[in-house]
Amino acid sequence: MPVNEEFKPTIVAFCCNWCSYAGADLSGTNRLQYPANVKIIRIPCSCRLNPMFILRAFQRGADGVILCGCHPGDCHYTTGNYYARRRMTLLFSMLDFLGIERERTRVEWVSAAEGAKFAATMNEFSATIHKLGPNRRLEDLRCRKD
Amino acid sequence: MQRVGVFVCWCGSNIAATVDVEKVAEVLAKEPGVVFSTNYQYMCSQAGQEMIQESIRKYNLTGVVICSCSPRMHENTFRKTCEKAGLNPYMVEIANIREQCSWIHKDKDTATEKAIILGRAAIAKVHLNAPLTAGTSPVKKRALVIGGGIAGIQTALDIADAGFDVDIVEKEPTIGGKMTQIDKTFPTLDCAACILTPKMVDAAQNERIHIYSYSEVSSVRGFVGNFKVTIKKKARFVDETKCTGCGLCTEKCPQKKVPNLFNLGLDNRRAIYIPFAQAVPKVATIDADYCTMLKSGKCGVCSKVCTAGAIDYQQKDAFIEQEYGAIVVATGFNPIKLDKYDEFAYSQSPDVVTSLEFERLMNAAGPTGGTLLRPSDGQHPHTIVFVQCVGSRCDDSKGKPYCSKICCMYTAKHAMLCREKYPDTDVYVFYIDVRTPGKNFDEFYRRAVEEYGVHYVKGMVGKVVPENGKLKVQASDLIGNQQLHIDADMVVLAAAIEPDKSARPLATMLTASMDTNDFFTEAHPKLRPVESPTAGIFLSGACQGPKDIPETVAQASAAAAKVIGLLNKDHLICNPCTATPDEMMCNGCSSCEKVCPYGAITYIDKEFRGPNRTTLIRRVAQVNPAVCQGCGACTVACPSGAMDLKGFSNKQIMAEVDAICR
Repeated sequence: MPVNEEFKPTIVAFCCNWCSYAGADLSGTNRLQYPANVKIIRIPCSCRLNPMFILRAFQRGADGVILCGCHPGDCHYTTGNYYARRRMTLLFSMLDFLGIERERTRVEWVSAAEGAKFAATMNEFSATIHKLGPNRRLEDLRCRKD
Repeated sequence: MQRVGVFVCWCGSNIAATVDVEKVAEVLAKEPGVVFSTNYQYMCSQAGQEMIQESIRKYNLTGVVICSCSPRMHENTFRKTCEKAGLNPYMVEIANIREQCSWIHKDKDTATEKAIILGRAAIAKVHLNAPLTAGTSPVKKRALVIGGGIAGIQTALDIADAGFDVDIVEKEPTIGGKMTQIDKTFPTLDCAACILTPKMVDAAQNERIHIYSYSEVSSVRGFVGNFKVTIKKKARFVDETKCTGCGLCTEKCPQKKVPNLFNLGLDNRRAIYIPFAQAVPKVATIDADYCTMLKSGKCGVCSKVCTAGAIDYQQKDAFIEQEYGAIVVATGFNPIKLDKYDEFAYSQSPDVVTSLEFERLMNAAGPTGGTLLRPSDGQHPHTIVFVQCVGSRCDDSKGKPYCSKICCMYTAKHAMLCREKYPDTDVYVFYIDVRTPGKNFDEFYRRAVEEYGVHYVKGMVGKVVPENGKLKVQASDLIGNQQLHIDADMVVLAAAIEPDKSARPLATMLTASMDTNDFFTEAHPKLRPVESPTAGIFLSGACQGPKDIPETVAQASAAAAKVIGLLNKDHLICNPCTATPDEMMCNGCSSCEKVCPYGAITYIDKEFRGPNRTTLIRRVAQVNPAVCQGCGACTVACPSGAMDLKGFSNKQIMAEVDAICR
């Protein structure tokens, strides 16, 4: 697939307040760069992420969605990220069924100390989405503003 | 639609160097609902805050968006600023354009574009914000301590010292715990009883401490500040108020063949007993499993000899309801059972003992009166082999994966005491590693080796075979690279320690979390080590992990300090970002209740208006806002979408998604 030079993917990153959002802040504090098309939405816990939000993002034209939460066993609410993991597994199999590329959605565990991991993950994820090209299958053209 | 004010912060040059703050303010001013938009050098400064407050009043703002540093930095600052200007603090949203924008991008155009999008997302969210009020719940000024060992006693004494009432619930007939069974303590070789029993008496005499001995917690309801606990006072068949503890009954009881559990079954006691001389409360207890009167109705000797008339064969378990503001778990530990360790012949020879049994054999108040004698023939042992890490640091399912922490030190103590009392004994200690982290611990261990001549051998004992009254010990010496065969008179096994069996059901009752080894989990391993993640539950002593006495006491006092801090408050302020069910959509399926880590969700039957002026009764979920911590697990679990989270509602998050993807 030819890589579209003009293509600027829209990437939504859902970050749990206690670990990954703090990890994202840390990568900022350490001036670690990652692409500007990654936009972070703060949620209290990875278990707050309703799979519906991911579908909504794809519907509205996001090209990739990533969920970041505390490492298993480290959840601020003790069990939240385990629920998130199970729900995402289910969602991923549904997205597979719909024929959405597996790489467009991802779950990563990033602790509040892993600023470097956060930046590296976002760089890598952004590159992956860039290669995949725009999300056409789930995008709802009626939602397009331009 | 809210009347939104947008405030873009320069953060000196931190933001302004890479983000065109003027452009951001200009573009965001055109967003729907934005009535005022500005930028300023330092929003968090006094002048910046005053500007925000002034604008709120001047433009009648109902929502505020601040484009600045991370909300983890200044969200609270800006919430307070707005609150002072009469705006609900939860009508403030922060767009993180420093840590997540200006600091990670170099290109000004890109960074400015991203800052605008982040600002838009915050504006979209703030339109859907609703004023939230943090609720309060009253605090019951009484604490419950579960477990009356040294941890529980210390916690109770400290809480009582601060002027609060404390109840101790202890499942044994006396408080004191494991420390009562110990002879001497490392590394000072203090007599354990001499330092513990005064504390036990202090606890008993303290007006603010009530001891429920021979009792268990049977149910816990409620939440932080308002626990309702049922305590089961087991029938001891003796009236505590009448018994004087004279001990006459314990001498006259004809049932003499009852294993004395205080001495770990090394000798026998009667069916009516006081565990040891300094027991608190000093009240006799009838062991219902052995008492002839209770079993067959024939005997009654104790009743006849009791001059106080305290014996009551009709006594029943009593249940006491009490309310508490805080609960401290101090359930302690036990050595593991060694029935899976046949290679050490523990079940085959009485001369193979655990360290705690050895402790009783060395104790002046123990079965041998403090003289070290072999349990099999009452002879003085000449060669003693100590085996470390029996069940600790095991990678198989037989033992425990963790280090039991105290064994290295008490084994050094035992070895040292043996050599001191009986210089003619040969003492071997087999170890994997000797771990002595602690004040004066390594010095103590070195004294055992250098001054007392204890033979420390690195290697594991493979087998112990009882033969002709001796114990043939086969072991490997890893440093000398040889096999050792020792004819020992006694073998002492440093059994791993595990949490008390009562801990698991208790954790379920308290909705407190545990690790895979059944130790209670702390809220944070570094920063909140004495609190459970469940609000109002505190941890003291070895229930949280293996600990020696000084550490236990330190943690006990730390837990007490946390409890005092809680009980000092008249009301608790709750997190207002809690889950809330839409009762019209809820069908009472219990999905949310199952995923709630805090037990915040209950169900009630509620009347609803039905068709044709009828009333319907439906089961609907209720969230206790004092208990809910706002994780949102239930909001996703709810199949009908009835559950939502205040402050992070479905609509708010989707509005952010829309703004970002636009």
